[in-house]
Amino acid sequence: MMWKWLHPYANPEVSYHFAGKILPWCARFAFAFLTIGITWALLFAPADYQQGDTFRIFYLHVPAAMLSMGIYLGMAIAALSSLVWQLKLADASAAAMAPIGATFTFIALLTGAAWGKPMWGTWWIWDARLTSELILLFLYLGVMALHNAFEDKTLAGKAAGILALVGVINLPIIKYSVEWWNTLHQGATVSKLGQPSMTADMFWPFLVCFIGFAFLVTTLICLRFRTEILNRNSMRPWVRELVTTEEQTHAV
Amino acid sequence: MNPRRKKRLTIVTSLIIGLGVVAGLVLYALSQNIDLFYKPSEIYKGKEDSGLKAINGQRLRIGGLVVPGSVHRDSESLKVSFKLADMRMPISFSQTDPTVTVTYDGILPDLFREGQGIVANGVLVNGNMIEASEVLAKHDENYMPKELADDMGEKPVKTSY
Repeated sequence: MMWKWLHPYANPEVSYHFAGKILPWCARFAFAFLTIGITWALLFAPADYQQGDTFRIFYLHVPAAMLSMGIYLGMAIAALSSLVWQLKLADASAAAMAPIGATFTFIALLTGAAWGKPMWGTWWIWDARLTSELILLFLYLGVMALHNAFEDKTLAGKAAGILALVGVINLPIIKYSVEWWNTLHQGATVSKLGQPSMTADMFWPFLVCFIGFAFLVTTLICLRFRTEILNRNSMRPWVRELVTTEEQTHAV
Repeated sequence: MNPRRKKRLTIVTSLIIGLGVVAGLVLYALSQNIDLFYKPSEIYKGKEDSGLKAINGQRLRIGGLVVPGSVHRDSESLKVSFKLADMRMPISFSQTDPTVTVTYDGILPDLFREGQGIVANGVLVNGNMIEASEVLAKHDENYMPKELADDMGEKPVKTSY
């Protein structure tokens, strides 16, 4: 059985401590990569020949947009394993991911609007790329709402999971919207096969920023995942024990 | 895999595939409405897949490249007119390209220049003229430093429109 090594992590306590172990490292990497990446992108990367310094919003907009889709995919995979294998932890992780994904979708839309105004001449246009990304935000909000709509967390996880899985159809639509239809939004610069459509001195800071944001997302997911586990297992002896020891160490 | 899990997996997978097919068909049926704009050649020949032609007085969006040398400014007002040709990558123009004339009264976006992709929203008149009420610039996915663009002779003509 090739998945055997994963089995211990179905135990909430093991997963809680594992997430706690990788969390500080992800946070450090996120801090390091983002500090280097953003400084590099904002101060040292060359300005674009047409857009000048306005182009630098690329280094925030593109990682946010790519991660908004990446987190959704992660959430959908969690939802699938929850529906098929009925892993309670998968529900907890999907619930942990949804608000973070929604935030990154919102950042992508907001930075996109701020970029669109000076370059295109409009904050918003109902073209296929922008509209499908807005639908992604609504899908996230729907998943979040369903996770909180039921007292019974298993039922909530099932309802939210079905919505999350149905919404997966939106991911290829977002990705290929700029190829299937004509849109105001331009085609892919980095997330495509072959050479990115930018020079190396512009691409490297992007890569560092992207890795930094990816670590930031992992950090945030770990944090929320741990909270979800504690909330869902608050009656378990190991959680009570954990809380008692915490209280003792802090009650000075 | 035990039979119950297998059954659930089958249900979930067929649900997604089914909905995927439905979404695909709906989007295919709606594709001409999802397209943001008409290309100049489509004004003459009709939409690529459906052959649907725009009629005079119809409100539409037109997207294309500003033909170099076709921009005319009114010296007294903000009125401007220019010709649009189909977008083509890499950018090139030929005399035989079908073009559409756009007239506009207003402030153009910063990126507006000859050879630039733009999308205009307006009303079709006389079969091949657009009276635009909004002009948006469309930029491509290529980014490069100014020095490199100069070397490649891709210096943007930042003219004083």
